[in-house]
Amino acid sequence: MNENAKVIKGRTGDWEMVLGLEVHAQVASKSKLFSGAAVGFGAGPNEQVSLVDAAMPGMLPVLNRFCVEQAVKTGLGLRAQINLKSRFDRKNYFYPDLPQGYQISQFDQPIVGEGVVSVERDDGTTFDVRIERLHLEQDAGKSLHDQDPNATYVDLNRAGTALMEIVSKPDMRTSEEAAAYVKKLRTILVYLGTCDGDMEKGNLRADVNVSVCRPGDYEKFRATGDFKHLGTRCEIKNVNSYRYIQQAIEYEARRQIEILEDGGKVDQETRLFDPTKGETRSMRSKEEAHDYRYFPDPDLLPLVLDPAWVKSIEETLPELPDAKKARLQSQYGLSAYDAGVLIIDADRADYFEAAAKGRDAKLVANWVTNELLAKLSAAGTEFSNSPLPHTDIGQLVELIENGTISSKIAKEVFEHMWAGEGRPAEIVEKRGLVQINDTGAIEKAIDDLIAGNPDKAEAVKDKPQALGWFVGQVMKATGGKANPGTVNELLRKKLGVE
Amino acid sequence: MSLTNLTLKAAIDGLAAREFTSVELTRAHIDAIEAARGLNAYILETPDKAIDMAAKSDARRALGEAGPLEGAPLGVKDLFCTNGVRTTACSKILENFVPTYESTVTSQLWRDGAVMLGKLNLDQFAMGSSNETSYFGPVTNPWRAQGSTKALTPGGSSGGSAAAVAADLCLGATATDTGGSIRQPAAFTGTVGIKPTYGRCSRWGVVAFASSLDQAGPIAKTVEDAALLLTSMSGHDPKDSTSLDIPVPDFTQFVGKSVKGLKIGIPKEYRVDNMPAEIEKLWQDGIAWLKEAGCEIVDISLPHTKYALPAYYIVAPAEASSNLARYDGMRYGLREEGANLTEIYENTRASGFGDEVKRRILIGTYVLSAGYYDAYYLKALKVRRRIAEDFDNAWTKCDAILTPTAPSAAFGLGENSNDPIAMYLNDVFTVTTNLAGLPGLSLPAGLDANGLPLGLQIIGKPLDEATVFSVAGAVEKAAGFTAKAEKWW
Repeated sequence: MNENAKVIKGRTGDWEMVLGLEVHAQVASKSKLFSGAAVGFGAGPNEQVSLVDAAMPGMLPVLNRFCVEQAVKTGLGLRAQINLKSRFDRKNYFYPDLPQGYQISQFDQPIVGEGVVSVERDDGTTFDVRIERLHLEQDAGKSLHDQDPNATYVDLNRAGTALMEIVSKPDMRTSEEAAAYVKKLRTILVYLGTCDGDMEKGNLRADVNVSVCRPGDYEKFRATGDFKHLGTRCEIKNVNSYRYIQQAIEYEARRQIEILEDGGKVDQETRLFDPTKGETRSMRSKEEAHDYRYFPDPDLLPLVLDPAWVKSIEETLPELPDAKKARLQSQYGLSAYDAGVLIIDADRADYFEAAAKGRDAKLVANWVTNELLAKLSAAGTEFSNSPLPHTDIGQLVELIENGTISSKIAKEVFEHMWAGEGRPAEIVEKRGLVQINDTGAIEKAIDDLIAGNPDKAEAVKDKPQALGWFVGQVMKATGGKANPGTVNELLRKKLGVE
Repeated sequence: MSLTNLTLKAAIDGLAAREFTSVELTRAHIDAIEAARGLNAYILETPDKAIDMAAKSDARRALGEAGPLEGAPLGVKDLFCTNGVRTTACSKILENFVPTYESTVTSQLWRDGAVMLGKLNLDQFAMGSSNETSYFGPVTNPWRAQGSTKALTPGGSSGGSAAAVAADLCLGATATDTGGSIRQPAAFTGTVGIKPTYGRCSRWGVVAFASSLDQAGPIAKTVEDAALLLTSMSGHDPKDSTSLDIPVPDFTQFVGKSVKGLKIGIPKEYRVDNMPAEIEKLWQDGIAWLKEAGCEIVDISLPHTKYALPAYYIVAPAEASSNLARYDGMRYGLREEGANLTEIYENTRASGFGDEVKRRILIGTYVLSAGYYDAYYLKALKVRRRIAEDFDNAWTKCDAILTPTAPSAAFGLGENSNDPIAMYLNDVFTVTTNLAGLPGLSLPAGLDANGLPLGLQIIGKPLDEATVFSVAGAVEKAAGFTAKAEKWW
């Protein structure tokens, strides 16, 4: 159980927040959940709409097998129960962007049951978020209210697109944890390839359930499973960035605490987050809540999965982030932190592994997670589009390992590499950056330095920390190319510093 | 002998023997339709399209490429979407709707060479048992009681289809049956209608009423004609998830097949209160004919029959309330403006739907509402399962079931239109097969004292239309029903 609750000081005492999320992840599918219409970003309004999507008379849904496969794959990735029999229901309500007048969803028999996601906090500690269910459903179209002062336009391109709704249990206790959970979920989905995780396009978005309670109440809830120990929750709809998730939660928790401390009651309602004002506002109250009149969709048969098919999907699952992290630590001796940075996306880890092959893996990890990552981030690109191939980082590390260049020189070489001047060995060659390992040359530089600074050479015997000045001077004299290890060793000997 | 008097089979044989052309045959029907406008069977005549299709059919036949229905002019219930031809479901809300697609069932008929004469009247969205809920006005039954000029209902919802076939305004017609909408009109008009096993005919492109109950089927002049049409209309359609992926036999081969040794179940629960003695007598005649043909008659019990009608009138409206939500004035069909979104919805649907449709949408919305779902909808589903089990048990004792089709002969237009319950009782013998998904066929087996046709229903095992057709063929032969509505229109 997560005991990381953040205490919020109120006028009447301490409060804690309890958070549960419903994440909507668009299935990475070329066609919609129940029609053959294309799915894609950037098409003109209503260009990706089939007769089924527009709910023309007599049109019928046909389930997209690929989308079912992605849901199963995701369920397996969430270490969740795959329900071999599930069902599609109609959720009935009227809205212009909902052509059928109902959304086909899964109500009481979802395709995926309980699972668990292990989430890392920023401080490196981890906690588990229990997954209650994952179900498949159709997305609605988009209402455009800003095209005309007197009319609303509807774009049905998104109508009927497959979504996976992933419902967590109320297992998050801080807004940071909620964001970390979504991040982790996103990583898993992207690893699995079942959702592209693009939050800007709304392909991954969250409904956040927020309630507040007094310290100790949550523990009672967890012990009994009885929601009466928790406060009344509000659901904040469709939040589509980590930052907004955190802002919305912080605002909402404080709003609820204020109401309670003023002796009021929190109304169970659906709220919207306004990012420009940083606040949530009521969308509809419980009284105005729709009666969705769920019932089994008579146009569709129950969805029955063949266990052998599920098994075949399981066998093709890629290595998932947690397993990859553990393996990177054990196989390459990486720190949890480095491994954690590398597994954030699979391309990054793949890049590392390719570069590390036969080389000092820790050193490679350093170069990948520090220099290269910084450059790529600054350039706004990803490892998959890195201008420097993994072979270059590999070669660079190799040059350090075999003593051709020092780590310091390597940084210079790296800058030239990034500037597109060629492969590391070529750069070292062309720019004459080969490390001076020749003891004679280094000795000569040291001798010259001692001869020119006898007082300093004398003082260093009592003040060994001053050795650094000598090292610096030798490096300067050799254009930074002297092997720092050799320089250090020879200096100590010649200056008589232990 | 006029060309319109021919059965479908005889017409196809005549075409094959080059006794007449499809254009001639079609022209004869177009003329008959024009002369029969008073019946209001067709709400849209498509003579130009019909002649064009007929000419193409004649050309195909000349090339030796004749399909099984080559050149046969048919009517289409206006619930089937027809590409480029207005499809209204006889509602105001779809008054001007022209689909850009063709229903699977009709496209299979055209594939097999048939010719479309026009669109046939029906109860609005197929909701009704008398064709009186049609936005285009009721259909008048070509049959009249002896010595009377009182206008009678052809039944519903496929009233236009049944009347058109009975009045020789087509060689056969498509129809749909959600609770008896093929069989009751067939019984009221002296025609043959079959609702096949749920899943035999694709529902794709058919305006939905109640998805889990809706099935397409033909109304025809003879059992053989019905078999011919159903063979063409049936078949797996990947666009309908409830369509059955199983081969379709040529159903005509079972018509005329011996029924010797078949066990025919007679369900005691179908002997309802106040059933006219003539219908009871007709039933006994049917039993006698089948006995004579070598069938064994067995008494069976379908104990949950009395719950079928209430269950049906929960399940069907529930599904309808959701299926009809798409008619909202936003994308196609009627739109009535309003001050805000809710008003547009309210105005559009208030104006676009008739009273019976509204009644069922309200009932359906109610039974699915939170707090009522378990008591009504869920309960109805349980009853539905019991009814299916009743039949499963019956099949251990018999091969087919014989019942009357409807509890009365055709009644007068306007007689029941203010009493929905009395109207719903028309479906008492037919809804059970929809709830259980079974094939049911109605054929004319006699006339009542007023000279009006009465029908018998044959119910078969799931997917066993073959036996249904064999038994129907035997009854048809024994009944020797040759009466026709006397032409008065």
